[in-house]
Amino acid sequence: MDNSLLRINNLSSGYGDFQALFDVSFCLEENSVLGLVGANGAGKTTLFKSILGLLPRDKSMIQFRQQDIGHLSANKLAGLGIAMVPEGRRLFSSLSVYENLRIAADYGRTGYWTIERVFELFPILVEKQKMPALSLSGGQQQMVAIGRALVANPEVILFDELSLGLAPTVVNDVYAAMPTIIESGISAILVEQDIERVRKISQNLVCMREGKIVLSGEASQFTKEQLTTAYFGE
Amino acid sequence: MNFIELIIQGILLGGLYALFAAGLSLIFGIMRLVNIAHGDFIILSAYIAYLVISYTGVHPFIALLLVIPIMSMLGYMIQRYILNRTMGDDILPPLLVTFGLAVIIQNTLLTTFSTNTHRLTAGNIDTASVGILDMHFGLLPILTFFVAIIIIFGLELLFSYTKIGRAFRATSDDREMASAIGINTKHVFALAMALCFCVISVAGVLLAIRSSFDPFSGPARLIYGFEAVIIGGLGSLWGTLVGGIILGIAQIFGAHISPSFQILAGHLAFFIILAVRPKGLFSKVE
Repeated sequence: MDNSLLRINNLSSGYGDFQALFDVSFCLEENSVLGLVGANGAGKTTLFKSILGLLPRDKSMIQFRQQDIGHLSANKLAGLGIAMVPEGRRLFSSLSVYENLRIAADYGRTGYWTIERVFELFPILVEKQKMPALSLSGGQQQMVAIGRALVANPEVILFDELSLGLAPTVVNDVYAAMPTIIESGISAILVEQDIERVRKISQNLVCMREGKIVLSGEASQFTKEQLTTAYFGE
Repeated sequence: MNFIELIIQGILLGGLYALFAAGLSLIFGIMRLVNIAHGDFIILSAYIAYLVISYTGVHPFIALLLVIPIMSMLGYMIQRYILNRTMGDDILPPLLVTFGLAVIIQNTLLTTFSTNTHRLTAGNIDTASVGILDMHFGLLPILTFFVAIIIIFGLELLFSYTKIGRAFRATSDDREMASAIGINTKHVFALAMALCFCVISVAGVLLAIRSSFDPFSGPARLIYGFEAVIIGGLGSLWGTLVGGIILGIAQIFGAHISPSFQILAGHLAFFIILAVRPKGLFSKVE
C-alpha cells in the first residue's frame, strides 16, 4: 500500500529563465521526518517555494495523498494541511506574539494543537504573548514561527533552516520540541545545513546539490563520509 | 471673528478632509495601492445618493442605507476583478489603472448627468448652527467631524480586535506568508476596498449636503485627501485625522486673510510639513 503523504514528481522550477530545480523526485511518508540537506544554493528553498505554489510548477509535480495539488494556490494548500516554518521566520511584524498564533489558528484547521498547547510546548512565550513579535529574541521568534505552523493543525510542516542565525544552545532548545511535534502525528520535511542533526531525527534523507538530488534513502544507511561527499561534491 | 473660533472651524473642516483621507490611508496601508480615482468615487457615491433620493424622496442619511451596500459591492468587484490582476511588487500598474478609472467615471457622469451642478438637500441641517458663548458653528460641520472620529475609531477597533482586522494587518506585513497560513489574500484585498468604499459613501453624502458637486469635483477631493494622508503619515489613521485638521485650520486661516487664499494656504501648509518631515507626522510605513 502506498503510504505516501507528499510526493514530488520530476519537479523542475526556477526564477524566470533561470532553472533552479531539475527533475527532483522524492516522497514523504506518513508520520515520518524527511531530512533535506544541501549547501547554500542547492535549491532547498526553491523546492519549498515550488511546493507551496509561490513559484510556477505543473499540476502533477506535487501530490498530496495521491491527489495532484501542483495547481493549487498557497492558501488552498494550507487548507489541505501543509504548513511551513520559513527561513528567517517571517513573523507578522504588526501583530503581537499572541496575534501571530491567533491568526494562524483562525485560518487553520481544528485539531490537537491550540494556542494553549503551544504555550505548554514553549512556556517562555506565555509572558511574551502581548509583545510585538519582532521584539523577541531570534530563538523565541523561531518558537512563535513553529507555533504558528502548529496551531493550523497541519498534516505536514516544511521546516526551512530552523537553526539559521541562532546560537547553538538556542538551536538545542528549539529542536527539543521536535519529538513532541512528531508524536502529535505531524510529518515533517526538515531543511538544515547541519547534516548530523538532521540524520539523528530523520527516517529518510535527501541530499541536493545544484538543483538536483544527489543522494536519497534511509537516513541510517549512509555513512558520514558518503553524506559529506554528496553535500560538497567530489 | 476671533482666533479660537477660527481654530475650531478649521478642526471641524478637518473632519471632512479626514473622511476623504481615511479610505485612501486604509487601502494604502493594507495593500500599498494609490487610488487616483478616490475623489471620483466620492463624487460617484454622491450621484448614487442623488439618484436614490430622486426616486424615493428619502432623507440623504436614509439614502446611505442603499448607497453604502451599492458602493461597497462596487469596491469589492473593482478590487477583486480589476485591480488584483495588477497588484505586485511594482506599485505603478494599479496606480495607472485607477487613473484610467478616474477618467472613465468622470466621463460617464458627464454623459449621464451633464455638467449641471447638484446638491443634496437635508432639511435645514446644512444651515443650522450651534452657538457656544458668542461663537457660532454649523451643525453639519460638527456632525461631519464626529462622524469622522467615529469612523476612524471604528476602523481602529476593527483592525485591532477582529479576525478580519488581523488578516488585514498580516496581509499588509507579508502577503506570501499570509497566503501560506491559509488567508485568501485576493479576497482580503477586495474586502479592504469594500470597507474603503463604505467610508467613501459617507464622505460623498456629507460632501454633497455641504456643497454642490459636478462630474469633475473628484480630483480636488483626492488632493485634499492625499494631503491629509501625507501630513499625518502613511498608514496611520489617527495621523490622517490630525493631517485633515492641520489642512482644515490652514485653509480657514487662509480664507480669513483673503477668500481666494483658502486653497493655497492649505497647499502651503502641506508643502511646509512635507519639507520638514517628509514621512509625515505619524508614519507607520517604512
